[in-house]
Amino acid sequence: MKAPRFAYARPGDIAEALALLDKHGEEARVLAGGQSLVPMLNFRVAAPRVLVDINRIAGLAGIEVSKDCVRIGAMTRHMELERSADVARHLPLLAQAIPHIAHPAIRNRGTFGGSCALADPAAELPACALALGATFVVAGKTGERRIAAGDFFKGLYATALKPGELLVAAEFPLPKPGYACAFGELARRHGDYAMVGLAAHGSTRGGKFLDMRVVFFGVGDRPVRSAQFERALDGQPVARKTIDTALAKIDAGLDARADLHASAETKRHLAKVLAGRVLGTMAGAAA
Amino acid sequence: MNAPVETVEVSLTVNGERVKRSVPARLNLADFLRNEMELTGTHVGCEHGVCGACTVRVDGEIVRSCLMFTAQADGCTVDTIEGLSDSREIEELQSAFVLHNALQCGFCTPGMLMAAQALLRDESNPTRERIREYLAGNYCRCTGYQAIVDAIEAVAKARAGRSK
Repeated sequence: MKAPRFAYARPGDIAEALALLDKHGEEARVLAGGQSLVPMLNFRVAAPRVLVDINRIAGLAGIEVSKDCVRIGAMTRHMELERSADVARHLPLLAQAIPHIAHPAIRNRGTFGGSCALADPAAELPACALALGATFVVAGKTGERRIAAGDFFKGLYATALKPGELLVAAEFPLPKPGYACAFGELARRHGDYAMVGLAAHGSTRGGKFLDMRVVFFGVGDRPVRSAQFERALDGQPVARKTIDTALAKIDAGLDARADLHASAETKRHLAKVLAGRVLGTMAGAAA
Repeated sequence: MNAPVETVEVSLTVNGERVKRSVPARLNLADFLRNEMELTGTHVGCEHGVCGACTVRVDGEIVRSCLMFTAQADGCTVDTIEGLSDSREIEELQSAFVLHNALQCGFCTPGMLMAAQALLRDESNPTRERIREYLAGNYCRCTGYQAIVDAIEAVAKARAGRSK
């Protein structure tokens, strides 16, 4: 179908965008890359009266590396991340994840901020943000505030963003020496949403897992860390045996939900299969 | 542009031609190209970004024209299958599609060609697996993928051979 009628505004800066969001309240939606919002409009799942197109706001896109973090602007397109030497060097987890997001024509338009603000539970980038301990930078009428990734994702398509607020960037701490990462997902076709996905980050220094952050996505209503699994890895030798022992702990901490493609039981099974593979890759790289 | 409007003035370049129009905000780029510009080579299949039949180039990069509003293309350069065909940019791909029987009904073909050309621009010698992965977002409901991959692989190999 076609999108319902709406009024279109294209603010030139963040202040103008915030003023529009403030004025139109819940009748307004932010249009970033549009690769999820426009299908929702075409399906008439969403029918906002006003679309605030933030594509032409200078300074919302781009990747900046500073002394202690990589800042990714909300309007940075997936393809820019995919082609970025800075991302490949400093945030290899993102570099591994991006090719799994849909298809090239979608990645040319879709944005980092759009994906995080929508908070689809099967999306790759929210999981990576959580695994890497990113902080989201949010602009509102009263100024900027920062929200840790762990506090940002609140549930199915729900975030800590308040009405009238705009996600402007995320800051990823530069990984410390000895840290490694691995990413994987199981999808029916390349580019489909994950049935189960996994983003892992942690230290393998000195042959031991430490400070592990293991995030599953496409399983529950948001990206979720498996605390039991992480605890079972932490302090143990980087070895197949450690991983196999830890896999048994996944069940308890994982609130898997059935969807169109798989039952909760299937998802829990796939989560273990995937965790075995992804952590195995991480261990293999550390060996 | 400040106040939200339901009708938007746009000025863009389509296949090298400057055009100015006044369009409804809700008009997607695919419908604009087909109905306003009479460029019906851009096909409208699923209208939610899944099938790839409406793939066009905006400022040099392939996008789904059903997932972009015409208003957003203001000031942009848009190239459709007609433009790439007339400029002979995809001549080799078109010939290879014919030679390998890489189309049956032809509905997906413009999108397949747009995507294939984008792949071959960035990667001179993709493997069959890579071609399949790249085209995973373009559906052919006649199930002619094998021949489509054959055609693209043949062009890639011919180009690689010439550049040696």
